[in-house]
Parts: sequence; C-alpha cells; structure tokens
Amino acid sequence: MLQVLRPALVLLALFTVLTGIMYPLTVKGIGQVLFPTAANGSAILRDGRVVGSALIGQAFTGDDYFWGRPSAAGNGYNARSSGGSNLGPSSQALADRVRETAERYGGPVADIPVELLTASASGLDPHISPVAARFQAPRVATARALPAAQVLALIDAHTEAPIGGIVGEARVNVLRLNLALDELAPRSGAP
Amino acid sequence: MTLEGWMLIVGFTGLVALLARPVGLYLDAVYAGRATWLRPVLGPVESLLYGAAGVRPEQEQDWKGYALAIVGFSLLCTLALFALLRLQGVLPLNPQGFAGVAPNIAMNTAVSFVTNTNWQAYAGEGAMSHLSQMAGLTVQNFVSAAVGMAVAVAFARGFSRRSAQTIGNFWVDMTRSILYILLPVSLVLAVLFVALGMPQTLASSLQATTLEGQAQDIAIGPVASQVAIKMLGTNGGGFFNANAAHPFENTGPLVNLVQMLSIFAIGAGMTIMFGRMVGSERHGWALLAAMGALFLIGTGVAYWAEAQATPALIAAGVDPGAANMEGKEVRFGVSASALFAAVTTAASCGAVNAMHDSFSALGGMIPLVNILAGEVIVGGVGAGFYGILVFAILAVFVAGLMVGRTPAYLGKKIEARDVKLAVLAILAAPLAILLGTAFAAATEVGRAGVLNAGPHGFSEILYAFASAAGNNGSAFAGLTATSDFYTYAQAAAMLAGRFLIIIPALAIAGNLAAKPTAPASAGTFPTSGPLFVGLLAFIILIVGALTFFPALALGPLAEATAGVLY
Repeated sequence: MLQVLRPALVLLALFTVLTGIMYPLTVKGIGQVLFPTAANGSAILRDGRVVGSALIGQAFTGDDYFWGRPSAAGNGYNARSSGGSNLGPSSQALADRVRETAERYGGPVADIPVELLTASASGLDPHISPVAARFQAPRVATARALPAAQVLALIDAHTEAPIGGIVGEARVNVLRLNLALDELAPRSGAP
Repeated sequence: MTLEGWMLIVGFTGLVALLARPVGLYLDAVYAGRATWLRPVLGPVESLLYGAAGVRPEQEQDWKGYALAIVGFSLLCTLALFALLRLQGVLPLNPQGFAGVAPNIAMNTAVSFVTNTNWQAYAGEGAMSHLSQMAGLTVQNFVSAAVGMAVAVAFARGFSRRSAQTIGNFWVDMTRSILYILLPVSLVLAVLFVALGMPQTLASSLQATTLEGQAQDIAIGPVASQVAIKMLGTNGGGFFNANAAHPFENTGPLVNLVQMLSIFAIGAGMTIMFGRMVGSERHGWALLAAMGALFLIGTGVAYWAEAQATPALIAAGVDPGAANMEGKEVRFGVSASALFAAVTTAASCGAVNAMHDSFSALGGMIPLVNILAGEVIVGGVGAGFYGILVFAILAVFVAGLMVGRTPAYLGKKIEARDVKLAVLAILAAPLAILLGTAFAAATEVGRAGVLNAGPHGFSEILYAFASAAGNNGSAFAGLTATSDFYTYAQAAAMLAGRFLIIIPALAIAGNLAAKPTAPASAGTFPTSGPLFVGLLAFIILIVGALTFFPALALGPLAEATAGVLY
C-alpha cells in the first residue's frame, strides 16, 4: 500500500501546485499584461463610468432602446446567476411565456424574429440578429425622433459577420448598438 | 438549415481528421519516452517529480498493480477535493466569502471531478471560491484526464506487446500526460482565449451601471485557465452555471470552434497513436472512420431537428419554419449549437453551449444517444479509446461467431476471458443507468427533481443517469439534482461508470499482453477495412439500441410523437 500512497500523495501535491496554482497564475500574468481589458471582463466605459461588459447582455425596457432577448438569469440578466429556462419542447409554460413576451412587441407572433421570444442559454446573451434589430428599428426611430434610414444604417454598422461566412452567425451587440444610439441622439429627458 | 450550417459541420469533421495524425504521432512519442521538442525543458521537471514521488520510471506494473495505483490515487484525490470544498470558507482566495460546500454536494462534486464526469450539482459563480475552482476543480480536470489517457495507453500496450507481464507504469503515464500534453497545450489555449476576450483575474466582480441606470454585478474570475483544460481534458465542468453558453466562457464563434476541436483532439489522436503502437496505422484510421460515420449521422439529425420550431413555440404562434432558439445563443445559432451538443456527448466532455433540456424531442435525443452508445465516438480522452477497443473486441468476436473461426484482433486471439471482461465493461454503465432511472422514476424522491411534465420529465431523469454513468456531465438541466437522493445516486453511477470499465479494460490489457502474437493468415478477419468499420459501427448501434430502446421510447420518442403540450 505504501508503494501506492507515497507517489499518490506526492504527485497530487506537486500537480496541485503546478496545475492549480502556477498554471492559472501564469495565464493571469500573461493576460493582465497583454490583454488587460479582456482579462478583466471587457468593461465598456462611458464618461469614465463602467456601463457594462461588451460580452454580457443587460436588460433594456425603454421604447427608445433596442431590446435584447428574454433572460432566465435570475430576474433577468443577473450576471451572478447565469442559466437558461430549461423549459422543454412541449412545455405549456414555455408556450405561455412566449405569448406573453410577444405582447410586448405587438402584431402577429409569427412576424416576430424567434430569438426575441426565446430565452438564451446563458440568460446573458449580448446579441440579437440583424433581422431582430431591424424589426425593432421603427419603434426606436419613432421614440428617438430619428429618420428610420439612419437607425437602419446604425444597425448595419454594428453587424458582425460570420468568419468566412461559415463560423458564427450574423449578430448585433445590443449594448454597443444602444450606446451608439445614445451618441447619435441623446435620450429625451436624459442628463 | 443552411448550406453554411452544413459546411460548418462537415468542415469541422474534416479539421478533426487533419488533426488526428499530428496529435497521434506526438502522443506516441511521448508515451514511448522518445525525444520531443518539449523534452529539453520538461525532462528535468519530470525527473524531479519521479525523484520526489519515489517512482522508478523503468519499473513497470502488471495490470493489477496498474489498477491498484489508479484506484488508490483516485481515492486520495476524492478525499482531498472533498476536504478542500468543505473548508473553502476558511481558506484564502475566497473574495466572494462563500461558505464551505454542503456535505452531499461536496461529495458529489469530488466524485464527479475525479471520475472526469464534471456533473455539477452547484452553480459555479454562486458556490465555488477561486481557490476551489483553481486548486481543486482545475487540478482534477488535469489529473482525471491524465488517468483516462494512461489507461488508454496501457490498454493499447496489451495489443502491441507480446508475451509480456507488464503494461506500463501508471505514475509515468500519468505524469507524461500532464507534463508533455495537457499542461503545455492548455497554457497556449488559455492565453489564446484571453486574447479572444475571456477573463482571467483573481477579482470576483465587475460592477456596472447599465444604460437604464440599474446596477449590474458581473461575476468574473480565473475563467480562461479552467476553460482550456475543461475542453482539452473532456472534463466539461464550467466556471459558470451556464457553462460554455456563458459569454465569458465562450466569447464567440472562433473560440467555440477552437473549443470543439480541443474536445476531440486527443481522443482522435489516440486512434492514430494506437495504430502506430501496433505497427499498423490503418487500424487506427479504421477506428476513427467508424467514429466519424456515427458522428456525422447523429449531428445531422440534431441539426435538422433544431432548425425547426418546437410544438411549444408553434402553439404560441411562432412561425413553424423558425429555428428552435430557446436555450441557444445568437452568436452560435442552430448549427454550432447542434454540432457542439453532438461533440460534447460523443466525447465525454459534457460542456454545453446550449441548453439540451430545451432541445426538441429528437434533437435532444441525439446527445442522449451519443452518451448511451458508450461515448466511443471519439470519446473522452482515453476513456473513449479504451471504450471503442472494448467494442472492437466484441465486434471481432461476433465476426468470429458468424464465420466459425477463432476471433483475433491484431494477432491476439480473443478468448472467452477477454470477451467476458469486455461484456462486463460494456454492461456496467447501462446497468447503472437503467437501474438508477427506474428507481428515480418510481419514487417520490426521484420525481421531485423534475422540472418539465410529461415524457420530457422522464427524459430529464434518464439523461441525468446516462450523463453520470457515462462520465459525461452534461444535463437536461431542468432537473434539480441537489437532493440527497440525486447526489448520492449520481455519485454511485459515476463511480460505476468509471471504475467498472477501467478495471476490466486493464484486465483485458494484462491478458492480451501476456499472449503471443500470431501472424495473420488467410482465415483472419481483416480488421482495418471498410467491412470491419461497418461491423464495428453496427455493433455499437445494436448494443445501444437493444439496451436502451424501451427507455428512449418512454422519453424522447413518446414526446416526439405525442404532439401535445404538458
């Protein structure tokens, strides 16, 4: 038994130091020096204040903002409690929730881009598709008193394309789009 | 479905095939102790480790010695991780001030990470201190993967050696797996991931005030280092609850692609390593071809199924042609979500970039079937490889029965003892899965954890036990698995699925190594051609189908055909 115990104890201890302490700290060291923004959570600053992370979605409710996807993270976009709804394909609760969400947009349910009605896997999805952004453009343009063409152009400018047309999906970062919107036409009543 | 989606799936499979050979050659060199380009740097470290541990690398073990070392080491790892999780509240690197993990969850998690399952009965960002994530979970990601790789190499030696009494030295095989393969590759991957946006910090939170003036407290931490090894070692345990769907754990399509490739890299390479070891690379390619065929079929079905709206969405008025985006992320879309689901369950990874519970009935059945097939479609690092070799033994046995000859594989006669051990290894997981599922479905404690009603609830239970016994770790995550019943039953299933396969596999290896190698004759069933590839794939499917069809009929198949909401 001692034949097993000594190598087991010693190797576990040494690999704990090697892979559990030195390895993560080395990655941290390299990351903090070479890619400090990413290593610290990709914060987005406006006027010196952190308004969010480029990778993490946040809740938008005002008519003058583009809305992201329904979120099952906590009470919605809780970035300490990630997760999906886990409602199954024949769940009555899912059907009810989709109907309820659709009321927010109005019009026939079939016309609403499906990702605006479905909860993301993480509850923190920062993106919507360009189609879903354009679908919301008339509402946002009206609320901001902007020409529709200008809002559509903003969406195009913020659309990320798949790599080589294959890897990934065309998408718009909702927070970045809304920041650009604020830049273009400050919110009425906002400071 | 789009052409681009299919191109991603086929292109990914092609990339895996391209990776297999270089990885296989490198693995072969590492385990044979030949010079590699990392040796000048790491050779001295390796010698130091052996010196401190009192390991004499040239002193090999027979299969019993090898198995004893694995069991002893795993037991120690389980106890150490359990202690760390219980004590995290009074240990450093706990900026969130988390208390010690509850006893049943700590036990479940310790078993889960030591068996390379990484089933998570906790939410990472809400329960684990940085110290637990780094010095506990990340360490087990490395060593549990290394244990699987060591067993695979020892198993391969059973075929490559003649009239030998030993199958290698476990401590050496494990140390080399970590030092020359897992650690350097993880380091490169982790830095790449940070470059592509993944956090790596000891801070625990990023405080923001959203555009609409709400406070948003964003959990961060040493994510990249854990994600790199969780993929490469097919562990799958996420830093965050949402796992690889969380934007911090899977920042974009490129990271997603690299993660999928790292899940398959070692498992695919092992087939070629095996071919080199037994002196016939063709035999390695034959195994990989059987895996590839099964993989493409499953992935295709999942993609097709997920590209349509589910009954729940249609009932709410959604266009039936719209994709099932419930539980999926926009940056991955349907094709990369279906592909990831197939990859993570074909290998025993268990990381998820979409919520399998919200997949359509048939789309969700594919990950389940991949696990139930024994995770031999590439499979977990090491585990998938010794898994498919066990099936190969069964396949040549069946072929031998059909033509009335003594079965042989790579010149080794496959005899009664080998077949009995192979059947034991093949039956261990199904037994744990079906008994566990039946008990849970029949009792109040089992049904209490279910989220979705109807057949889908049964699927949640079946998936949980399949995931545990298959050492996969992914979940139909609606199931609440924190009760005493689930934590202990799942731990038992994980142990059965790990050690009741490893021990018979090593026994077969010892048995085969001791045999002489007979040259192939005109009567030998060829085991590197398309006929064998087809037979092997067929055996895997038929064993899986005969074992699990009734259970699948009660769950996903019933749901797919019922057409009603629950």
